[in-house]
Amino acid sequence: MVRLNNEEHAMLAGEFGEPRKLSMEHILKIGNFFDAEDLVEVSQVHLMADTESTGEAGLEYLEMLGTYTEEERRVRVPTVTDPLGCDFAKAGQINQPEEFIAQERRLSAAFESLGILITQTCINYQTILPPVMGEHLAYGDTGSSIYANSVMGARTNFQGGPSALAAALTGRVPRYGFHLDERRRGTNLWELRCRPDSLSDWGAAGAIIGRAQNSYWEVPVITGVDGSPTSDELKQFGAALASFGSTPLFHMVGVTPEAPNLASVCDGPPPAASLITQADINSVYSSYRPGDDKLDVVVFAAPQLSLVEMQKVGLLLRDRSVHDDVTVLAATSPEIKAACDRMRITEMIETSGAIVLEGVCFYQMHAREIGEANSWRRLMSNSAKIVNILGGYGYEPVLGTMEHCIDSAVAGRIV
Amino acid sequence: MADRIIRGHVGIGPKVTGEALVANDNFSARYDLNRVEGVFSRPTHKLVGQNYVGKVLVLNIAKGGVATAWMLREMAARGMVPLALLLNFANPIMAQGAAFGDVPLIDRFEVDITGAIETGDQVTAEPGSGTVIVHR
Repeated sequence: MVRLNNEEHAMLAGEFGEPRKLSMEHILKIGNFFDAEDLVEVSQVHLMADTESTGEAGLEYLEMLGTYTEEERRVRVPTVTDPLGCDFAKAGQINQPEEFIAQERRLSAAFESLGILITQTCINYQTILPPVMGEHLAYGDTGSSIYANSVMGARTNFQGGPSALAAALTGRVPRYGFHLDERRRGTNLWELRCRPDSLSDWGAAGAIIGRAQNSYWEVPVITGVDGSPTSDELKQFGAALASFGSTPLFHMVGVTPEAPNLASVCDGPPPAASLITQADINSVYSSYRPGDDKLDVVVFAAPQLSLVEMQKVGLLLRDRSVHDDVTVLAATSPEIKAACDRMRITEMIETSGAIVLEGVCFYQMHAREIGEANSWRRLMSNSAKIVNILGGYGYEPVLGTMEHCIDSAVAGRIV
Repeated sequence: MADRIIRGHVGIGPKVTGEALVANDNFSARYDLNRVEGVFSRPTHKLVGQNYVGKVLVLNIAKGGVATAWMLREMAARGMVPLALLLNFANPIMAQGAAFGDVPLIDRFEVDITGAIETGDQVTAEPGSGTVIVHR
């Protein structure tokens, strides 16, 4: 049984209102399932809640919480949101169905009533409040979780929407999994025998490791990285690893803070290393290679693009035109979008015919329905994560470098 | 043939009995399912095209992202949910989704659960005790 302190008992007994009582009940179910001994206080919550995921049932739950008094319903720790499912300014341009737009407006109103900061970003660790070493969090996006755990040395499990919401209302999560020292030790070893030289190469490397993970509890350790990758490279690597593997933590020896050397993350002799060569990375691309060169849509998202990535997209599209048969979408956070507007990067991208989306991430936008509404089937992206997800949505995804994606969009076919 | 009892970790949700749908493959509601039509839709999934609604789904591990934590409740509300989930290893997302949606879930079995149950078997899942009974 999970041990509670007096305040937690009081929340469970309803002394702080029904929303916190419901949240404690949920937390205890999860704590008992994973044999947590007690709860841990968290200092930040990242809440994933697009309406495709919440559906009407989840949305009604959020609206129900909003009917309580402000004292009962307000979140107790800073809580920010993952991307939502609609960029209201661009919804018409990409034919998003009206019913989803209406749901998204209700969702935003529900968040506001609970005191949640509607940041609409999955790169909050780059743009909002970067976590610090040892900080306990409730992060609710696989990409933000793996980055916070691995690159920042913070501590979180995957806290999906209902659990992140419960953490926000109570300030607590069950102490299990990656909040514990013993779960953060390396369990399998990988050696990079090549230097990934593009964001999509880093994503492909993450995909290779992720595919091989046998459970959430495995912690891959990566060696052979010659010089620190950039934040965006680690973002793509982690997002792909987390997506393919459902993996919340990796250590990269000499790069990430808990792994100054191999001995610091391995108990006893390290396991035999699996090798990743350039041929292995190439094979990830070829596993998504289609039989013809047709192209409908190019997507830059998952995770949302940083300012540096947006600038690169802009420079690659400058003085060029996207082919009439192809749509190009680039998704970023509201903060980065404002910066892009100010620095005329948005203009550089959109003059080509491409569309900049703000506060969304493609696969969280009712991707199946917008695909059908726009007759999009063949999709190209430099995100290994997105090509992993979208096969189940009726798309034929293709992985390419950013340059390959843009050259193809301009040509109107996969070049 | 006698019933077979298989023990796992204490789970989440109510006791149920139903027909098993089994594969040695992994599971994510967002990545693998067409939740509108109630079928597996990921082209590379071993159950692609199969209807999962009302079935005791028996799979290897939870994979993919975080959306399943919300989705199981929504799927239950629309009557498009599996009857129960039996996995070798769940992850927090699957547990959170089961708790929020009141969908029975058991994992961490004494054997590979995907090899111990066959598609079409009648199965009782008792999350309260972490027990599965295969009726044969």
